[in-house]
Formats: sequence, structure tokens, C-alpha cells
Amino acid sequence: MPADAESPVLRFDRVSVSFDAVTALADVSFQAYEGESRVIMGATGSGKTVLLKTALGLQRPDSGTVYVFGKDISRMRERELFEIRSKIGMLFQESALFDSLNIEENVSYPLLNQLSIHCPPGDVLPRVEEALKFVELEGTLEKFPSELSGGMRRRAAIARAVVTQPPLLLYDSPTAGLDPITANTIVALIVKERDLNKTTTLIVTYRYQDGNLVANFRYNPENGGLERADNHTGSQGGAAAPRTLFMVLREGRLVFEGPQTELEASTDPYISKFVKHRG
Amino acid sequence: MLDYLKEPFISIQEFYLLTGRALRNVAARPHYGDDIIAQMDLIGVGSLPIVILTGLFAGLVMALQMSRALQQYGQVDQTGTLVSISLVRELGPVLTALMMAGRNSSGIASELGSMKVTEQIDAMRALGTDPIQKLVTPRMVATAVMLPLLTILADFIGMVGGWFVSRFLLDLPSQQYWSTVWRALEWNDITQGLLKPFVFAFIISLVGCYYGLRASGGTQGVGRATTQSMVAASVLILVADFFLGKIFVSQIVS
Repeated sequence: MPADAESPVLRFDRVSVSFDAVTALADVSFQAYEGESRVIMGATGSGKTVLLKTALGLQRPDSGTVYVFGKDISRMRERELFEIRSKIGMLFQESALFDSLNIEENVSYPLLNQLSIHCPPGDVLPRVEEALKFVELEGTLEKFPSELSGGMRRRAAIARAVVTQPPLLLYDSPTAGLDPITANTIVALIVKERDLNKTTTLIVTYRYQDGNLVANFRYNPENGGLERADNHTGSQGGAAAPRTLFMVLREGRLVFEGPQTELEASTDPYISKFVKHRG
Repeated sequence: MLDYLKEPFISIQEFYLLTGRALRNVAARPHYGDDIIAQMDLIGVGSLPIVILTGLFAGLVMALQMSRALQQYGQVDQTGTLVSISLVRELGPVLTALMMAGRNSSGIASELGSMKVTEQIDAMRALGTDPIQKLVTPRMVATAVMLPLLTILADFIGMVGGWFVSRFLLDLPSQQYWSTVWRALEWNDITQGLLKPFVFAFIISLVGCYYGLRASGGTQGVGRATTQSMVAASVLILVADFFLGKIFVSQIVS
């Protein structure tokens, strides 16, 4: 644990990003440690997606430095970035499955194309099937993304993000555009992935209940469902949910960073706006 | 005001960067052979009907109109010469390229544009592939191989069209038509007729990719990219055609 504390998995150091005249991220600094969950909230256009894309090296910061697994990625060349990206899974906002490929090809894409993965050809199909089983989408291998419902597409995209078992996962609005029941099953999958594989997880969302689930629930391997975590009495048999911090962005600035109790106690009108929808 | 002046230069710079990276990737690993084959099928084989029709009617019309002009000099039996030279040097390459610009530049732009606005291009980068290597280079290579072949086909079909008019409407003997067609051609015509489609292929594929990859703003942006790519590719083809023609004509004259 102390070794982890010294080297954060993801570190933003005074990062700013802007598009033409619009500032997307302004002077954002934070450090995420191994095994931590972070829930990133904010109004639309507050820079949540840009933050994830910057962490993945898809977007270069105008100033400041981004460290992923201790390496400075902000000045890396595209080819060097592939190495880092193979350790990060990302779920894109609208799933971003490849339309021209079927689900099997979509999910196997990172296994076959990420040069540092070195997956033996015989292992590809079993791993794809395992990932699809994880998201409860067995039997859709031959289907194309356009034949699936929105919730199923989101599941397939999660399977594609986790198939390489990356230690860091980024979810961009995993529940956007889904009905509340489907949304909860998607968050349950995220919690399951986090608790089974001990991944560091960043979730962008505008639904407070998603953050609440991530912060207070844990995956129970016995019955395969979520259960309320025992966060306060300490860790008996790992019954507590991993440390979850909330971050609130406003017009590219990080205006809040802290645990749920602090978030709920906040009197700032912009911040408390996100808490009110607690359901 | 300054932004309006800057924009075309930035576009040209970006286009050159894309071209440079696409060309460099031809030699670089990893190679996506499957994608090249798939694109050859889509761009080349898929364009066969349109190319055959264009070539056929270009030949028919050329023979018909040229016979009118040749009649004034009493040289109707030279129809084959005119059809042959104008098809191989000019109409075959340019009409085929314009058709391909309409079909494939816009097709590429809308496909890549849709991928861009739905974050599939970002996903591709996130999952370890370079979109230029995976998407642009295969399209460029496939077009560069297929367009010269399609042009040869269009030239030949056009000559058949010319024969049809000569034989049945102008009552010329078939043998005379084909021998004038054959004798009219020089190496200069053939090199020009093959170099042009090779150059046009880069315009068609890269303009389509360029507008597709810079698409933004949802489905509306995809529509805009599609239109722009077709207009830009067509104009660039006509401009390049003039300069390529100029090089070869002055070679003969001097």
C-alpha cells in the first residue's frame, strides 16, 4: 500500500486544454491511486469527456503534465502512447463500437491490434467469450452493433474495454441515454469489474445515483449481485467498498474533490445541484 | 478577418501532413492487407457498372459528334483516330476519375466522417491502431491500384462504343475503324493515359479521407464533409488534369 501511495496510477499536474477560444480544462490537478474509484460530475460542456481523453493521450494538453503509471504521456509520440493505452480500458460515450465489425470482431479488436498485448491466436475467442459472459451478452458474437439495443451496445462496449484486463478503466457517461433500470445494471457491471479485478476506475456521470452505487455498494461473488458495503465499521473480510472520491468540474475547473460525505455537506449551489437527485 | 485568410493555408498544411503520413505508412508495419483487399473490392469492383456505362456513352457520343466535325473535311473515316486519342488521353481518365470522385470520395468522407463523430476514430486510437494506417493508407493504395485498371477498361469500352456508332450509324467498315484506333496511339498517349488516373487516385482517396477525418458536429457535419469532399476532389482532378496534359503536350511540341 505505501508503494502505491507514492506513485499514483493517474496524475494530472496543472493541466489545461482548450479548443480554439473555448477552454475545456483549466489548470486541473489531481492524483488517482491504485484501486481507487473516482466519480466525475459536472454540467455538459464542463470538460468531463476531455479529461478522460486527455488521460488516454487522445487529447494533448496545451500546458501541464499528465502522468499515467508514472510516465509522462503529454509529450509522447502516438506510437509510444499505444503501449500506455494497452493498460487503459475506455468506454466511450455512445459506445463507439465499430459499425462494420460484428460483436466478436469488436471485442477481439484490442486483443488483436494492441501490439503489447501478445495474445496467442488460440486464446482470442475464449477471452472474447469470457468478456461477453462477464457482461451477460453470450450468444451475440455474430450480431452487428446496429442489431443490438442501446443497453446491449453499452455492455458490448464494456466487454471490449475490459477484455484486455487493463488495470485502469475510464467510463465516459456509461448510463447516458439509458432507462433507469438498464442504467443500474450497467453501473452494477462497472462495480463488478472494479471489485473482481481491483481496477482503478474513473466514471464520468451526471446521475448522482450512479456515484452513490459506486461509492457504497460492492459486488458479492456468492450471489452475483450488488450489496451495500460496510464502509464505516472497517474492513472485515474486505467488506468495505474501495475508496471513492467525487470530483466536480465547472467550466473546465475542478471545483470539488473529496469523499461523498463532504460532497453532500457542500453548500455551494453548483455542487449541491448534483446531489439533490439522490434516488 | 485574419482567420478567414488563415483557414485555407491551415487546410492545405493539414492535407499535406495527412498525405505524408499516409505515404509513409505504406512501408511501415503493421500492414493491413485485408483492409486493402476489402477496399479494392469496394472501390474497384463496386465501381465497375458505373465505369462501364460512363466509358460506353463517352465513346458513343465522341464518335457521333466527331463525325459531324470530320464531315466538313470529308474525313469521316478518321473517326477512330479521334475517338481513340481523346478517350485515352483525356475522356477515359477524367470521366472515370470524376465518377469515382462522386462515388468514392464522398463515400469515404461519409464513412470516416460518421466514424469520427461517433468517436470510433478515437476508439481506434485507444485500442492501439493508428487510424491513418488502418483507414487512410488502405484506401489510398486500393484506389491507386484500381483507378488505372478501371480507366483502361473505360477506354476500351469507349472504343467499342465508338465502333458501334462508326459501324452502324456512319457505315464505316469495322476493320478500318479498329486500325485507325490502333494506329493513332503513341507511347506518349498511353503513358499520359495511365499516369493521370494514378495521380487522380491519390486526390480521390486522400481528399475523401481528409474531409472525413476532420468532420465535426454530428450528422450535419458528416453531410457537409461528404459534399465538400466531392466538390474539392472534382475541382482538383480538373486542375491536375490541365497540368498533367500540359507536361505531355509540351513534350511532343518541343
